Amino acid sequence: MKHRYLPMTSQDEKEMLETIGIDSIDELFSDIPEKVRFKGEYNIKPAKSESSLTKELAQLAAKNADTNRYASFLGAGVYDHYKPIIVDHVISRSEFYTAYTPYQPEISQGELQAIFEFQTMISELTGMDIANSSMYDGGTALAEAGMLAAGHTKRKKILVSRAVHPESRDVVRTYALGQSIEVIEIPLKDGHTDLDALKEMIDENVATVMIQYPNFFGQVENLKEIEPIVHEAGALLSVSSNPLALGALTSPGQLGADITVGDAQPFGIPEAYGGPHCGYFAVTKKLMRKVPGRLVGETTDEEGRRGFVLTLQAREQHIRRDKATSNICSNQALNALAASVAMTALGKVGTQEIAKQNIVKTHYMKQQLKRAGLEIAFEGAHFNEIVVKTEESVKQLNDRLFEHNMIGGYDLGLSYDEFKGHVLVAVTEQRTKEEIDAFVQEIAAKVKEAGATHA
Amino acid sequence: MHKDNQALIFELTKEGRIGYSLPTLDVPEVDLSELLPNELIRTEAAELPEVSELDIMRHYTALSNRNHGVDSGFYPLGSCTMKYNPKINETVARFPGFANIHPLQDEKTVQGALALLFDLQEHLKEITGMDEVTLQPAAGAHGEWTGLMMIRAYHEARGDMKRTKVIVPDSAHGTNPASATVAGFETVTVKSSDQGLVDLEDLKRVVGEDTAALMLTNPNTLGLFEEQILEMAAIIHEVGGKLYYDGANLNAVMSKARPGDMGFDVVHLNLHKTFTGPHGGGGPGSGPVGVKNDLLPYLPKPVLVKNEDVYTFDYDRPESIGRVKPFYGNFGINVRAYTYIRSMGPDGLKAVTEYAVLNANYMMRRLQPHFDLPYDRHCKHEFVLSGRRQKKMGVRTLDMAKRLLDFGYHPPTIYFPLNVEEGMMIEPTETESKETLDAFIDAMIQIAKEVEENPEIVQNAPHTTVISRLDETKAARKPVLRYYEGE
Repeated sequence: MKHRYLPMTSQDEKEMLETIGIDSIDELFSDIPEKVRFKGEYNIKPAKSESSLTKELAQLAAKNADTNRYASFLGAGVYDHYKPIIVDHVISRSEFYTAYTPYQPEISQGELQAIFEFQTMISELTGMDIANSSMYDGGTALAEAGMLAAGHTKRKKILVSRAVHPESRDVVRTYALGQSIEVIEIPLKDGHTDLDALKEMIDENVATVMIQYPNFFGQVENLKEIEPIVHEAGALLSVSSNPLALGALTSPGQLGADITVGDAQPFGIPEAYGGPHCGYFAVTKKLMRKVPGRLVGETTDEEGRRGFVLTLQAREQHIRRDKATSNICSNQALNALAASVAMTALGKVGTQEIAKQNIVKTHYMKQQLKRAGLEIAFEGAHFNEIVVKTEESVKQLNDRLFEHNMIGGYDLGLSYDEFKGHVLVAVTEQRTKEEIDAFVQEIAAKVKEAGATHA
Repeated sequence: MHKDNQALIFELTKEGRIGYSLPTLDVPEVDLSELLPNELIRTEAAELPEVSELDIMRHYTALSNRNHGVDSGFYPLGSCTMKYNPKINETVARFPGFANIHPLQDEKTVQGALALLFDLQEHLKEITGMDEVTLQPAAGAHGEWTGLMMIRAYHEARGDMKRTKVIVPDSAHGTNPASATVAGFETVTVKSSDQGLVDLEDLKRVVGEDTAALMLTNPNTLGLFEEQILEMAAIIHEVGGKLYYDGANLNAVMSKARPGDMGFDVVHLNLHKTFTGPHGGGGPGSGPVGVKNDLLPYLPKPVLVKNEDVYTFDYDRPESIGRVKPFYGNFGINVRAYTYIRSMGPDGLKAVTEYAVLNANYMMRRLQPHFDLPYDRHCKHEFVLSGRRQKKMGVRTLDMAKRLLDFGYHPPTIYFPLNVEEGMMIEPTETESKETLDAFIDAMIQIAKEVEENPEIVQNAPHTTVISRLDETKAARKPVLRYYEGE
């Protein structure tokens, strides 16, 4: 068997068998009982050469409608944002991407320092004291926030707003099931968390209240009003936040969040059909020793030079085993690096500008839709998404948009019975005025038709 | 600040520099105060860097030069399967049709992606001998928890509520007991015998009507095949428990023994180990889970199905444990793994295991005269040496690991598994040449000699790295987890 990944020659094999003192490789497998031994080869597709496989997979990829060819108005937690080209050049340096977790700090300073910088950037944006080195994604990070809160408060109830991403809520419920934690949903009011309902629901058994900021409908929840309600009951405030929005919005930390989580996908990470993205997890200082996942800390070496190490590992599974605060081991290190590079490229000024562009362009879309006679479901402050009532089924609308090289918004009826015939439309800085106008024209076509019929 | 410090990106900042190129705002400008309530408009900017594009590239290039990957040199880190990461994988994962598609797009616009995922599932079913596979878990530990939640749902659906315990061997990966806890189980440890295998008598002692599952790697973390796997399966199944396979060590048995044929009911794989998704400095990974038919109803939502020639997600799964992750798993890593499997084919995957095991046995036999080998028998893809002989001479395994850095190697996994004193767990993988193995072996032999003749050089290692040993106690005692300007 010759293969470009397998350097073994028959001469090597012969010499090595001699050293071991056996005649054939088969002997090395003699400890596998006959009854379970697999005979022959797997019934899978035969190997393909590099160029023919590349061609086959390129053709498969071309069957998908990608954002290079289509203008996307689809968000709902994953966004088509500006990806600085430098990001891919940095993460393609194989000293980063072919390394394991930095357990040997002397030869892993690059990765460790990059993570330390990531932790700092996330802390800065969220206004939290401490951020970890990453989680799988925003949804599981929120679930871990729930577990942390339950452990910290010794309470067994979570209140989660229905304005939190439906898939994240589902993940929270699955994790909670394992821990026998009760999850109760806070109802909506005008596309926001219903604060009157929250006041009635909260009690001394609630570990945490989970709010998304901006929420699933693109609305900016008023954390300032929510915070005292949560803390008066002795619960922790967990905020799930799109970190890119925080270039313009007051940080959750400043508004009193105890835990802020989310996904750094908007910073330079491709949509990649939903993953890998990059969860983040940030807390106040008092929760530092309960954070899940890896933390990098600064220290010095024997000569007094600054260096970085994995620290506070007593929290983690490889030390604490069944007493660990979480079972997470692999995280999303390479994507944390990607997000760091994007956050660095955008920097202090660019993160403000990009966030503002999202708000202003979404505002433009909203105005144009209204002008065209469409109904905007919620009139509150928005980030980069709005909910629009459609005159046809969202599927019909999206099919039509697709014919005009546009990917339409998210059909809210799929997750909310009360919002059938509503579409969640995302407008990032990537959408040009021309594209927005084309979108409005398509969606408005049915309004005109309806108007004509009614007349 | 020390003159040899590597600058942090924050220390390179200069007000007025930018590193981005945003689209020009082509819609009318509006002041944020007209669109947001005052208290929600950020007044204090996040202190992010202000640097040029070249500054960024130089900074991260400098950091990469302070990092060791598989492409830098040999990386025999036991249990982590640090094999070569093929470059075609990286190219394919970056095709716009894979990288730039949205998870909530209409299924008919992503049939190519779904076809790939479905075919990957089919390949993994054949490789593991399981009836169905979900690609949703993001990593190995996530797969463990997913699998255990399914086992829990299985027992509960049968009204069997007393199964509160998960058994793990004392040599198990730390994630096993941690995952059991997160899934709501209590962990019970089963001892290893003096042969390095699960002690069957102890297993019989700890099983019972409260046993939900036994979690096992096979080969185990000592690199030894659990020969009595069928007996163990019988013991667990007899009391109504389920057998869980931790696929971290699958590289050792591809085409030789399938978990499904060994009696396992649930399997997770680490696509970033066996199937070359790169480790990425700690992630992202992918941890698919395979199950036997009786666990099928509990698979996480949604399940990818094929109707005629159309791929679609099935959400109508009333007995499912629910969602374990938003969307459909770490697609980008699954694309890489699929590309790898298709590059290898059936004969290639067989050769992978054979050469991985040959390499490990060759190294073990050549190193055996110089170090203690606690379990003297054929190993699989990895083996564990003990540094207790060297410890008696005042040199710890940690010191020898640090000394290896001076030779340009990433050291083996050390002090694991916990049942070997001063353990060094070595996994060469199949992608390393005999010349590389020989050079590493020579370095190990030289270090063993240094321990006898000049122990200080080992005790004070490393001598050639950009930084010497770091004060981990200081890091933990007064944690500094972010950069603060001015401090």
